[in-house]
Amino acid sequence: MTQVYLEDGRAVPVTVIQAGPCHVLQVRSEDRDGYQAVQLGFEDKPRRLASRSERGHVAKLDSKRSKKRAATGIELVAKAGCEPQRFVREFRGETDLEVGAAVTVEQFAGIGRVDVTGTSKGRGFSGVMKRHNFSGQRATHGVKKVHRHAGGTGCSASPGRLFKGIRMAGQYGNAKTTSRNLELVRVDAENNLLLVRGAVPGPNGGFVTISETNKVG
Amino acid sequence: MSHVIMDLVEKTSLKENPPEFEIGDTVDVHLKILEGNKERIQVFTGVVIARSGSGSREMFSVRRIVAGEGVERKFPFHSPRIEKVEVKRSGVVRRAKLYFLRDRVGKAVRLKERRRS
Repeated sequence: MTQVYLEDGRAVPVTVIQAGPCHVLQVRSEDRDGYQAVQLGFEDKPRRLASRSERGHVAKLDSKRSKKRAATGIELVAKAGCEPQRFVREFRGETDLEVGAAVTVEQFAGIGRVDVTGTSKGRGFSGVMKRHNFSGQRATHGVKKVHRHAGGTGCSASPGRLFKGIRMAGQYGNAKTTSRNLELVRVDAENNLLLVRGAVPGPNGGFVTISETNKVG
Repeated sequence: MSHVIMDLVEKTSLKENPPEFEIGDTVDVHLKILEGNKERIQVFTGVVIARSGSGSREMFSVRRIVAGEGVERKFPFHSPRIEKVEVKRSGVVRRAKLYFLRDRVGKAVRLKERRRS
């Protein structure tokens, strides 16, 4: 994160997101796939690191199968013809984009607020104070070795069991997280950058997906 | 790669002609203040006792004595609301943070003047 000044002199904390250029790798359609979506790829991956299926997904590969299919007159599916992509995601909905087209931040022109989805930072197996904001127990007054524990988790002989969904210690973070309704401060079409007010899920250099917010009002 | 992008963004918020002053200088900070719809300039005079942060987040602290009470104010270095910073007087100092001035009262607050060559 960094900080930029608006024209009226206010300082705004922003996260800088490089959002393009993305390649359209596939267009899902109702009759072929059963749903409508567009598949975008971001950031080139060196060919030597990409698997054959990743390379074949973005460009035509010579294979016995493709030759055989071409010989029998079956039309091969359209390919984007770009380098293998590191981060590939599908976005649901109707689209007029075609395979091979480039998507840039200009898509966000005129959009005021966005939702950002990513994988949150992993915190491992965490206690209830960190994971659920419990208060823990007292430092003194007879408390022994349980200063960061939860208090009780349930009743006694009746019902004689724990109810489901009691908040306890466990894996925290490294989960899909969406920050909703973030203000889009600036769109830098030249460098394909989006400046979003506040923090977004994940570490520095992590991958996120950005869409117009679905929050009303 | 990522710090290249961050630099690009920060550059847009940096001042083209950043004010020039040093720690220990007595300065006039000219602030733009919005009152209703009218904009006016307010001046804060004092000694620069610290600079902190880097890039577009850099700040500087100015200390002055008002009615016998020490007042410190921290300004964003690159804020467009700071019109200019005028150096009135330069002081001889040997450190970057002049927090020792907080413990001094009366005549001891003064810094020896540095003559510019």
